[in-house]
Amino acid sequence: MSVLVWIEQSNNQAVPSCWETLGKARELADTLGTELAAAVMGSETAATAAAAGQYGADVVYAITSPLLSEYRLSAYVAGLEKAVQEAGATVLLVSATTRGRELSAATACRLDAGIAPDATDLRIEGGKLTAVRPVYSNNLLVDITFESDLQVASVRPRSFPMPAAGDAKAEVKELALGLGEEGIAEKILDVQPSDGAGADLADAQIVVAAGRGVATDPEKGFALVSELARAMGAAVGASRAAVDAGYVPYRYQVGQTGKTVRPDVYFAVGISGAIQHMAGIGGSKVIVAINRDADAPIFEKAAYGVVGDLYELLPALTAELKKRIG
Amino acid sequence: MKVAVLIKQTPDTAELPKVSAQEVQSGAVKATMVINPWDEYAAEEAIQLGDRYGADSVAITMGASTATDALKHALAMGIGEAKLIDSSGVSGDMWTTASILAAAVRAEGDVDLVITGKQSVDENSSSVFIGVACKLGFPLAANVVRIVEIAGGRITVERMADGSQETVSLPLPAVISVGKEINDPRFPSFMGIRKANRASIPVVSVADLDTGELVKRTNWTNIRKPDEKTGACVIFDGATAAEKAAKLVDALVADKVL
Repeated sequence: MSVLVWIEQSNNQAVPSCWETLGKARELADTLGTELAAAVMGSETAATAAAAGQYGADVVYAITSPLLSEYRLSAYVAGLEKAVQEAGATVLLVSATTRGRELSAATACRLDAGIAPDATDLRIEGGKLTAVRPVYSNNLLVDITFESDLQVASVRPRSFPMPAAGDAKAEVKELALGLGEEGIAEKILDVQPSDGAGADLADAQIVVAAGRGVATDPEKGFALVSELARAMGAAVGASRAAVDAGYVPYRYQVGQTGKTVRPDVYFAVGISGAIQHMAGIGGSKVIVAINRDADAPIFEKAAYGVVGDLYELLPALTAELKKRIG
Repeated sequence: MKVAVLIKQTPDTAELPKVSAQEVQSGAVKATMVINPWDEYAAEEAIQLGDRYGADSVAITMGASTATDALKHALAMGIGEAKLIDSSGVSGDMWTTASILAAAVRAEGDVDLVITGKQSVDENSSSVFIGVACKLGFPLAANVVRIVEIAGGRITVERMADGSQETVSLPLPAVISVGKEINDPRFPSFMGIRKANRASIPVVSVADLDTGELVKRTNWTNIRKPDEKTGACVIFDGATAAEKAAKLVDALVADKVL
């Protein structure tokens, strides 16, 4: 028996939100009285396997193969299935990145196991996993309980704190993929890095997003938003209205038909707060509304608000932050 | 070539906040029901594959008898055929839904490509199409933003992943889910709507499909509204923008969130 966590790699580096999941999994494994195992796949796995030990894994199953240099679902499912079997896992967790969500669902289905996708909380009840997940675009929450022996969940990034890395070492066990290139359906012909805006958003601790309020001068508006974001190490987002108007590309879009974010602070700049937008930011700890319309619905959901002209307020805010935090 | 489009009927997105926990628990959601917005992109892409490759298209929905409205929308857009899989009496989870939809695709005969939207606005699982691919044994490409080419028994697509865009080739038959970058779904024409309204949509019962054993692996319990923010918004006022900004930063620093 064990709790198993897939540690995703991107360019042979661990994806940080996986450590949050591993930290929570340590707690669940301790409650269940089972081992905590990690699975690492890629063309190189040693550094991430060692790090998994430092973040709390007792044992790491590493599958190292040039066939895994790029993520391909059918190869990764085969690998993760092996790790689940070797580890005798009863709980399989992944960070709910795009790949994590896909891989966990495919692995669960292959192993005839139930899955809770995009869970925001996990607990053990009567020796079984209960996962909490938002549904109806964050308008409802539901507890998922499992009928299957193997219980699978993908965990929304930033649902649990980042654990501290210690100096513990895990036992690393190498597993063979047991698959040749001919057994992998997908052929990757080309990979183009995007500018990362999309990937950053879901993980960001601070998000500054702008909406229709920048209409008078969108270029300057988004430049000011970017400067403020840079001053705090924040990610930039946008409302659907701003994306539809062509101010920024779709990958910046936050909301029901865009990205779901759950930062510590969400700055809604010139965003009125339509329900479709609120559906994507409900998990934010603190919402700050900056809007020239004091009656905008965003103020009903925000903890803090400033009413005024964003072209004056944003530079003032950037200057103030630089003064305080350098 | 034959393309199956999997469609779900979901509440209108503007009405999602009004859906109550009791309605979801009982299965009697009162909201205005529409075609899942993401599935419109799937339907549009199937129609465009008709133009590009002469593909035949069939839209399949699993749901109550009222779900024919979503199918009629797809027909009005230009999808060739529609089938309703009657879900009454089925109490399952997303893997049972996947088994039923996979069986419905199999029943269509030689389907080369299954297309669906990348998620539904109600359950948000983005998992049913993964289950359909798994149950059919078809390869999968999720979050496709462009179909580059279908040739030589393979499909080449561009898909978005975290931080990158990949060009991937898969052997057919395959399953793809599509994102909103892929096309601009057309509005049904007047003629299309008339034709769709006259169409009689075959209803297939789950018992008539070769689904295998349908076993539920998960349960939904304790459906509830999330805790709402309590307390009014604190508005920072001041004579100048700098003064307002300073007060806001003070509050955020005090909350230890910066």
